[in-house]
Amino acid sequence: MGINYIYPEFEVIRDTTRCIACRVCERQCANEVHRYDEDLGMMTADDSKCVDCHRCVSLCPTRALHIEKSRHTFRENANWTGDKITEIYRQASTGGVLLSSMGNPQNIPVYWDKMLINASQVTNPPIDPLREPMETKTTLGAKPRTIQRDQDGKIIDNRSPRLTLNTPIMFSAMSYGSISYNAHASLARAARELGIYYNTGEGGLHKDFYEYGPNTIVQVASGRFGVHKEYLETAAAIEIKMGQGAKPGIGGHLPGAKIVGDVSATRMIPEGSDAISPAPHHDIYSIEDLRQLVFSLKEATEYKKPIIVKIAAVHNIAAIASGIARSGADMIAIDGFRGGTGAAPTRIRDNVGIPIELALASVDTRLREEGIRGDVSLLAAGSIRCASDVVKAIALGADACYIGTGALIALGCHVCRTCHTGKCNWGIATQRPDLVKRLNPDIGSQRLVNLVRAWDHEIKEMMGGMGINSIEALRGNRLMLRGIGLTQKELDILGIMHAGE
Amino acid sequence: MKKVYVNEEWCLGCHLCEYNCAFANSGLSDMAKLKGKTITPNIRVEEGDKICFAVNCRHCDDPICVKSCIAGALSKSPDGVVEINKDKCVGCFTCVLVCPFGCVRPDEQGVISKCELCTKNAVGEPNCVKGCPNHAIVYEER
Amino acid sequence: MKIVMIGNSAAAVGCIEGIRSVDEFSPITVIASEPYHTYSRPLISYLLCGHTDRERMKYRGNDFYEKNKCSCLFGKTVTAIDPEKKEVSLSDGSSVPYDKLLVATGSSPFVPPMAGLENVKNKFTFLSLDDALALEKALRKTSKVLIVGAGLIGLKCAEGIYGRCKSITVVDLADRVMPSVLDTDSSDIVKKHLEEKGIEFILSDSVASFADGEATLKSGKTVPFDIVVVAVGVRPNTKLIADCGGEVRRGIVVDETGKTSLPDVYAAGDCAESHDITTDTDKILALLPNAYMQGETAGVNMAGGDKRFDKAIPMNAIGFFGLHIITAGSYDGEETVLTDGRNYKKLIVKDGLLKGFILVGDVQKAGIYTSMIREQMPLSSLDFDAMKEEPSMMAMNESYRKLKLSGIK
Repeated sequence: MGINYIYPEFEVIRDTTRCIACRVCERQCANEVHRYDEDLGMMTADDSKCVDCHRCVSLCPTRALHIEKSRHTFRENANWTGDKITEIYRQASTGGVLLSSMGNPQNIPVYWDKMLINASQVTNPPIDPLREPMETKTTLGAKPRTIQRDQDGKIIDNRSPRLTLNTPIMFSAMSYGSISYNAHASLARAARELGIYYNTGEGGLHKDFYEYGPNTIVQVASGRFGVHKEYLETAAAIEIKMGQGAKPGIGGHLPGAKIVGDVSATRMIPEGSDAISPAPHHDIYSIEDLRQLVFSLKEATEYKKPIIVKIAAVHNIAAIASGIARSGADMIAIDGFRGGTGAAPTRIRDNVGIPIELALASVDTRLREEGIRGDVSLLAAGSIRCASDVVKAIALGADACYIGTGALIALGCHVCRTCHTGKCNWGIATQRPDLVKRLNPDIGSQRLVNLVRAWDHEIKEMMGGMGINSIEALRGNRLMLRGIGLTQKELDILGIMHAGE
Repeated sequence: MKKVYVNEEWCLGCHLCEYNCAFANSGLSDMAKLKGKTITPNIRVEEGDKICFAVNCRHCDDPICVKSCIAGALSKSPDGVVEINKDKCVGCFTCVLVCPFGCVRPDEQGVISKCELCTKNAVGEPNCVKGCPNHAIVYEER
Repeated sequence: MKIVMIGNSAAAVGCIEGIRSVDEFSPITVIASEPYHTYSRPLISYLLCGHTDRERMKYRGNDFYEKNKCSCLFGKTVTAIDPEKKEVSLSDGSSVPYDKLLVATGSSPFVPPMAGLENVKNKFTFLSLDDALALEKALRKTSKVLIVGAGLIGLKCAEGIYGRCKSITVVDLADRVMPSVLDTDSSDIVKKHLEEKGIEFILSDSVASFADGEATLKSGKTVPFDIVVVAVGVRPNTKLIADCGGEVRRGIVVDETGKTSLPDVYAAGDCAESHDITTDTDKILALLPNAYMQGETAGVNMAGGDKRFDKAIPMNAIGFFGLHIITAGSYDGEETVLTDGRNYKKLIVKDGLLKGFILVGDVQKAGIYTSMIREQMPLSSLDFDAMKEEPSMMAMNESYRKLKLSGIK
């Protein structure tokens, strides 16, 4: 391969009048971009290695650095974009499947941004959340269909096992292995402080984090990594992972190189062996099979834990969700196609699945139509970016939202989308000890707590504006939403009217 | 008293503390003006195979450097800060001889420079702590 | 309680600060022959070369005595101690009673008999401020200075007057400079450095006789001079204690608390012995830090507190024209030498402990070595191979390091 066809994507711009050659950029770049040149007596950079993660930019004490997108252009056109050309060069040189990380970056409509929230004027008063009580506490799980009373007329507690959240936000499944020990520690500690839940992902639960069990959702995925009795018993809820928004229909592959030390022990697989999560659960080929797993897990935990079934948002999502609601699951988590990942084939990530907004709306509609909406809670995931996304999701019918990428950004992630290299400069998506320790959970957990508290304040502000003082009254309240710039078909699926109507 | 403590679990060996220290004590208006200068910070990072940590004056309760100073240039302030009077220091380095942590060092002028917890510069609180990106250096009562 | 101290240098200051750390109120009387505010003796050479001045060389601030509630009898000399009556007699015939007494009389220059010295007009010693001022007064740009003694005092004197006279010649009976603290190789580095500055050395030789403007050495060599500084050594001032029956060996004998053999009489500093833990012997450690710490210990104990001075070691930090030398401990043991010709390091190990070291040139972080000696840290408890290369906290054992740096017990 004589010629390197690929021009660096970014340029490291150094203001040499401000650079004092302290070399923090050099020390902190796991991609080895920066180097002090003794001969020149100054810092130099190899742009080709830069992933635009901003570690150097953030730590440069004199603000001498910034990264620019390369001004280099191919002779591109609307069809043959620079990205497409580069991808072909890359595959022509390696013969491999292209890998990417984080969520779908393609320019496909973000429906959150095409929905507007209502506010009260005159006829019903808005509520000032600083003066009036405002409830964002949420209970997740199947709702009893009837009220039962005993002979004395007292209500019998026939509620299913459930989760109670102080804020309708949880941290998405991100496995130990895909993210670091300190990232998990940050999530676990924040979940406990916030009175919400975090999700182990499919990599098992490190023994150090068992103490956070009451705020932990453990996952059972197709690879069954790290699943054992104590793991299930420790958790507050169990999630069966059927699919993931970033890569619907395919399994996972954590390279053996990352299966070291505690990751290996936690996953219960030998060091150095690849962790392959099969595309399907090999024991699930029907809703009936799923029901067997749901009840196996309930049986194993004495019917004390709610069971979540997580699926990727795909074409027949409403029908699939209907089946899951009948399988005995207590909650359905729907992961939209913008959901993040530590690594996924680029083609899958960018082309498979549907947006969460449409999936959520159609599932909520279908379950209501079938009269089974109360049998399950709906969890929306797949790129919830801010408090208004949460409000819109709940108005579309979600009981709560999962945030993954947002949580990582709070931890310092700069969405450089190179998680798959394992060289995360922010200590998040890496297992390299020198990088892992860059994320101090004292700081990380506090930043997560701050984020969720800030969102909670904003959610209350927006609810107050709508004259709603309880999140329950917002749930599925699609009258609070209007579409903007949407076709009638889109409006129909979302179940909302257009702005002005 | 509040002291600067170093948690080696979180030290990244980025050496920013050294530059933040040098800048705080330089009196310069902009850190960029350190360009081209060799810095002599009062905090230094020691790096090993797996761990690293910054070391600066411990402000000992019973400071042997103060007792050993032949010029009476080192003293302990009422707040417990071990201070250097550079005007009195003659650069004999008896403090270098006795400091168990290697934390007193000669400056560019040949007299002694040491951490005074930024009490004498414009920052007013330890700048190494303020600038530590991972809270590996903390300023607290222990 | 009336506390009296004889002397006004480091040991006395240490004693005053030691007393005041325990007892704020007991009256303290400081008696000293020299009529000066406490000053640092080792700074006299820096005074001559202009690195300090009379004001800055004060060992403590101008409010020191007032702040510490001391009454001062300066310019008065104690002639006798009466341990029975518990009082000291002064040269002016008066006497001062005490409940507790500190003897911090220091040492005096030793001037051996040398033929013809009595007829030399410009002859000086170099220990006190008056010595330095007298020398300075006699010094001319044209002076040819002969220094007898290439020890610390002689060489510091040479540095002090460097540039203020025409020539400096140092004569010593020993075969190397600073023979008491340096070995041959390190001594050579220091000598070469001083020679580059123009200071001349005549070693393994001594003055046989002084004549008018010329000294004749034992070897027959002649050295022209117009100023002589005798810096061959010092003798502890022990007479006051010896005269009243206190135990004196080379210096005044004291225990770890600073107490002499006489009731309520303490001694500290260059006049007293201390226990060198590196050789397990009692000796005079005529060093300012030791004087201070011994004095402070005595002060605490005089005032009713409890403190021991039990970590004394010989140690020196000295520099000439930017070349720094730091030494500590004793040199009997297995040696490790690292040198590049300019910088020199020798570490001496015995019984699994670091016993001593010599550093010339690069002296950074020497205190880590010193603390290993003082605290008698077993070398097996730390990474001595790394420590040999460079003294560091990294090479210390983890629990010590975490205790000291992170406050984790």
